[in-house]
Amino acid sequence: MNNILAITRRELTNYFATPVAYVFIVIFLVLTGVFTFYLGGLYERGQADLQPFFLYHPWLYLFLIPALSMRLWSEERKTGTIELLMTLPITTSEAVLGKFIAAWLFTTLALVLTFPVWITVNYLGNPDNAVIFAGYLGSLFMAGAFLALGAAISALTRNQVIAFVITAVLCFAFILSGYPLVLDFFSGWLPHGVVSAISYLSFLTHFEAVTKGVIDVRDAIFFLSFIACWLTANVILVEMKKAD
Amino acid sequence: MDTMIEVRNLSKRFGSFTAVNDISFSVHAGEVLGFLGPNGAGKSTTMKMITGFLTPTSGSVKVKGHDVGEQPLAAKQAIGYLAEGAPAYPDMTPITFLEFIARVRGFKGAELTRRVHTAIDKANLRSVARKKIDTLSKGFKRRVGIAQAILHDPPVLIMDEPTDGLDPNQKYEMRMLIAEMAKDKAIIVSTHILEEVNAVCTRAMIIAQGRLLFDGTPVQLEQRSKYHNAVQVTVRPASVDIAVQKLRSLPQVKDVEVLGHDNGQVRLMVFPVASAAIVDDVGQLLRAQGWPVDELSVESGRLDEVFRSITVANAEALT
Repeated sequence: MNNILAITRRELTNYFATPVAYVFIVIFLVLTGVFTFYLGGLYERGQADLQPFFLYHPWLYLFLIPALSMRLWSEERKTGTIELLMTLPITTSEAVLGKFIAAWLFTTLALVLTFPVWITVNYLGNPDNAVIFAGYLGSLFMAGAFLALGAAISALTRNQVIAFVITAVLCFAFILSGYPLVLDFFSGWLPHGVVSAISYLSFLTHFEAVTKGVIDVRDAIFFLSFIACWLTANVILVEMKKAD
Repeated sequence: MDTMIEVRNLSKRFGSFTAVNDISFSVHAGEVLGFLGPNGAGKSTTMKMITGFLTPTSGSVKVKGHDVGEQPLAAKQAIGYLAEGAPAYPDMTPITFLEFIARVRGFKGAELTRRVHTAIDKANLRSVARKKIDTLSKGFKRRVGIAQAILHDPPVLIMDEPTDGLDPNQKYEMRMLIAEMAKDKAIIVSTHILEEVNAVCTRAMIIAQGRLLFDGTPVQLEQRSKYHNAVQVTVRPASVDIAVQKLRSLPQVKDVEVLGHDNGQVRLMVFPVASAAIVDDVGQLLRAQGWPVDELSVESGRLDEVFRSITVANAEALT
């Protein structure tokens, strides 16, 4: 536990030691604002909720989360610090968890900083704050799922650009896996059961349910088990690739 | 003496390439073991297996009694490791970096601060302690790596080319530091600078093509040299031929080589039979002949020559 905290702390301070943190947070806030007020038409809808705000989160995460996750392991491999990290008295799981938690806390911070949007709707009307809270929770889980995926991909390569591109493509596939764009690709040659399993992996389906205030334990379990799977893959990939 | 590192039948293969081939040795507290060998000989790979970074294909490593494969955390706790190139997080400062290492090593509060500052002082990092590691010179970066390795005062210290890229003064400081720590630790250093072996090591090993070719003291290594106990003398040009002839006729002299002319003198190298001590015989001969002697010195042996003869012979044997 102590080791996980030490890793998390190092990673978090490192975000703020470089411009990465500030650039990420500013871009995230500007884009959520643009999407919510212009594309989502928060005012024009005349409803006191944050539907238009949450609607675009999957698409923002699509390119912002890979930018955050791409360096997690590939940078360690490129600079050789992975040899330092893996010869310290910590387990690979602790390192993987520590890094993931740091990245997740960081996105939590970015998400918390969108509070003016929440204040705005509360000033303008009487929104159901429980639904908004559920939306934030859903968004956070989705960000965690993308981060876990991105962290594992980052362990595959020393090259951050490759990690970014592969993560973005996979995130895109998972966002839309309930839609014909992805399903048509599989439906021709995979059995029906597998195709419906793939469609079940759709982030959009799970996320939209949550943002509408339908809090289903199954959605939480879906995101948490998705995170657990990719973190496990991350541990295995780090073990396999650390010395390459 | 306590056995700190025990390496048994260690091998590592990458595909069809054998990087380390059945190496066994042990290191006790108080020993400074120098790993010598050409580039790509398997020195770094061996160190990476001892520190638990690489998993051996076969064989085992025990550090302070802990099997690196089975109890990796206990073994790693006992090791300080300076990896090749001294990797450190470029965006951190030496202070924040060492604090991170100290935290992972389980130190807290005042003890953490004390450890970090002791390491900074020992590695002479005070002047750059708050600068980004990225901006530091190669010598300072290396010292950050050293500070990180000695922070927890480990009983086992493993350093991959600790003096690589340092200037002569820094090299000297590094050797002093190693010598100072050597009293109660088991230390392994790899190098391809042979003079370093004499300067810091109590024991030397030559590794080439993944195999252990020599294991002994630096003096034993020098004794392998044909220059060991050879005598260098200068004579006047007029008496060169007769001197060479007379020296060759001495019973324990194997050969005499004319090295060259300088300052109106001719320099000769007299090689003994089987490292015999011939300096007295040579001196007596010179005096008996009444030749003026400006210089007479005994060679202790040339490590580079031994190194070449051992490693090249092995390479030829394999091809």
